[in-house]
Amino acid sequence: MTAECPARARVIHERLPMTATPAISLARVSRHFGATRAMDEVDLEIAEGEFFAMLGPSGSGKTTCLRVIAGFERPNAGKVMIFGEDATNVPPYRRAVNTVFQDYALFPHMSVGENVAYSMMLKKVAKAERRKRAEEALALMRLPNFFDRKPAELSGGQRQRVALARAIVNRPKALLLDEPLGALDLKLRENMQEELKTLQRSLGLTFVFVTHDQSEALSMADRVAVFNDGKVVQVGPPQEIYRRPVNAFVADFVGSSNVLPPSFVQATAGEARWASLRPEQIRLSAPTGANGALVGKVTAESYLGATTRYAVTLPDVSLHAIMPAGAFATPSDGRVAVAFDKSALHFIEGPAG
Amino acid sequence: MSVAEAIAPPPRSLTGRLSDGLWRAPKLAVLLLLAPALLWLAIVYLGSLATLLRQSFFSLEEFSGLIVEDYTLATYAELFQPANFDIIVRTVAMAACVSVASAIVGFPIAYVAARYCRGAWKAAFYLAVMLPLWSSYLVKVYAWKLMLAREGILTWAFAKVGLTPVLDWALALPGIGGPSLSTSYIGTFLVFLYIWLPYMILPTQAALERVPGGLIAASADLGATPWATFRHVILPLAMPGVVAGSIFTFSLTLGDYIIPQIVGSGRYFIGQAVYVQQGTAGNIPLAAAFTVVPILIMGVYLAIARRLGAFDAL
Amino acid sequence: MRSEGSLAVKIAAGLGLAFLIAPLLVIVAYAFTTEERSFVWPPPGLTLKWFGVAWERTDVWAALTLSLRVAAVATILALILGTLTAMAVARSRFFGRDAVSLLVILPIALPGIITGIALRSAFATFEIPFSFWTIVVGHATFCIVVVYNNAVARLRRMSGSLVEASMDLGATGFQTFRHIVLPNVGTALLAGGMLAFALSFDEVIVTTFTAGQQQTLPLWMLEELIRPRQRPVTNVVALVVIAVTFIPILLAFYLTGADEQTAAAAGK
Repeated sequence: MTAECPARARVIHERLPMTATPAISLARVSRHFGATRAMDEVDLEIAEGEFFAMLGPSGSGKTTCLRVIAGFERPNAGKVMIFGEDATNVPPYRRAVNTVFQDYALFPHMSVGENVAYSMMLKKVAKAERRKRAEEALALMRLPNFFDRKPAELSGGQRQRVALARAIVNRPKALLLDEPLGALDLKLRENMQEELKTLQRSLGLTFVFVTHDQSEALSMADRVAVFNDGKVVQVGPPQEIYRRPVNAFVADFVGSSNVLPPSFVQATAGEARWASLRPEQIRLSAPTGANGALVGKVTAESYLGATTRYAVTLPDVSLHAIMPAGAFATPSDGRVAVAFDKSALHFIEGPAG
Repeated sequence: MSVAEAIAPPPRSLTGRLSDGLWRAPKLAVLLLLAPALLWLAIVYLGSLATLLRQSFFSLEEFSGLIVEDYTLATYAELFQPANFDIIVRTVAMAACVSVASAIVGFPIAYVAARYCRGAWKAAFYLAVMLPLWSSYLVKVYAWKLMLAREGILTWAFAKVGLTPVLDWALALPGIGGPSLSTSYIGTFLVFLYIWLPYMILPTQAALERVPGGLIAASADLGATPWATFRHVILPLAMPGVVAGSIFTFSLTLGDYIIPQIVGSGRYFIGQAVYVQQGTAGNIPLAAAFTVVPILIMGVYLAIARRLGAFDAL
Repeated sequence: MRSEGSLAVKIAAGLGLAFLIAPLLVIVAYAFTTEERSFVWPPPGLTLKWFGVAWERTDVWAALTLSLRVAAVATILALILGTLTAMAVARSRFFGRDAVSLLVILPIALPGIITGIALRSAFATFEIPFSFWTIVVGHATFCIVVVYNNAVARLRRMSGSLVEASMDLGATGFQTFRHIVLPNVGTALLAGGMLAFALSFDEVIVTTFTAGQQQTLPLWMLEELIRPRQRPVTNVVALVVIAVTFIPILLAFYLTGADEQTAAAAGK
């Protein structure tokens, strides 16, 4: 495995995009706010037509990265390229990328149609043409006959669609989405996830999507970049990020994981290295007294519907395990045998420090 | 979609090019926005204050009445002569009384407006405070001159309810009384209180409106009586607002020279002293030194207010 | 206990409001009195005669015209200076931001007499003769803060992403100002401008030091207060002044709503 490989080297060697010119590329881009390094020498390449997610906790630099691509922030160092052209010193209004804002940023004094047609109005497109294209974009977002409504009259989901229509009406080179589903309730969010995916496929557009929700990133993106402390920690397809996290941070942030110390891994797998183990890879059973079996004690369990989650304490570590509901019943004394395949252990860099 | 479309060419219009340039230099953009007002205030206002301050270090040649342009602290020493020092003490005492009284009178209004009034009532309360605030200062002083006059509405009202002896007793009080309300310190005080009261109400109301309703419910829930809730929860949270209001009442009273000139006993306040020294007396240095007093007092006052968190309530 | 307590507070509030409003009503009543010499209450009779007398007075008209001209020019200057400063302060964090706010508020936070005498001594030092413009300079200085407060309050409520969205969709900084910022802060600026107008129209303390021999309406009033000539005319002028200042204030209130004004007026 490539676990020892430094994160940055990984990023660069990670599956180079198919086309010669990436849609967006950042080379050693840094953005500082006073002493805070919101982005610290970030390298990224996003291929044309890709659904790219930037995932990380708040303050990890993912939103700053998006704002640098859009042109709202100027990098302190590094280079931003859009379709092979240097955009580092180009203001946002000259970049052919459009943004869907977290709060939608619909202009409150304009109608829905005027919002969507705003960019065309600036380009002095004829009024009839403007209206026609705005209506088309609204229809595409399943908002026919909304042209004359005011943003204030719309529901959250509808505003979201207007924001999308406004951003795609000019067929930008890439669409940037800043936590676009954050303000929606759960049900709407799930619908919108599918819709965004369909929209991206049908338009063939490059989507760059910022989120702090790992399940959103995993389910929607072709590739995911995981951010932490202003740095890109890992880039890759969702499966790879999930199965082969490079370090404890990724292992723990993407899905949940048991991060195991070298002493424990030495005892079970024969190698003194840090490893991650997904909870669903652990099997619990009633202890049989067999030699060498790991025996622990269930300290808590929570019923999650399709599965049940157990907290298990072993002599030197605590683990979480997830079992299909009904597959296991905790004995009255709480003692359980813990088993997993050695192949399920994934070696990682140790926690920082 | 060709690759060349990814970035639009630089705009040709002047505003477009300027916009490009300002995006690249955001600090310059902020500076350009700030420059006109900062230059104006620095040159016109701070510049004038500086010339005034410089004057206060000059002195007046006693016999010729000419200003001697040598730097000296003599004029400041003059401030401590009993006649001048009395003026300062009198003004500060009045400012303190007015501030305390307006806090007492203003608090219930702010409290009711913030906690009990909704919709139309709130608008009515608001207008009732704003109209006196914004209506002409001189007209308000004039209204009080009408009301406080010997034959005016207050004398009439006291007579109507049979309280004339109370009024006479108050006017007979040594120090603050006088021949009539409009020529006594009581009158001056009432007018000051009236004119500056809205400045106390507004910040207090703003502070009270920021007290979350949940906090009051929580206090009641924990067994506090309404009075205890008021004393221990509402009052401390409203205090920065009251202090912020007192900045205005105190400062405005310190500098006013028209109210005591029109309604009062004829003894000077700082504002009048400044006015007379620079005008009829022609003693600009002493007038300048007098203006330094409210500046210093307000400096100290603002420092204390800042400590009490009043700046967040402005 | 609770109802008694709150009743007492409400009574105190009611009395306080009566204290605030009564003097304004007194002005209205006195404008119609038939009594010429003294301030006797209640008015012995009511008449409209003094409105006619005031109408014929050229000195009142001259003072009124000067006041309106000064207020108009001072308001325009304050609008430009206050709006630009508000945009800088509301949009960005920079070193010395608090100092800028303080500098803008200072001319109104320090007693007016200081501004007045400072300006006069500066005019004297640099041998600038009193004129229409010396009055305007003083007024614009303390009017900036009113526009500034209104504009900052509105800009802070306006989502910052609106400006970014506009730039994102292809608008330059100037186009964004015209199509997005101005429509959203327009009413606040109008309100600030009206309040600045009312403030300038009413100002007396600074004006005494910057007017020289000229007479604005408040200076005319002051003269009448100190050396009364025709009391009933003063009564009528007082009523007119109240009316002239109320209209812009009611409009400002209507344009921005109570919340914004409570915040903005703290700096008057």
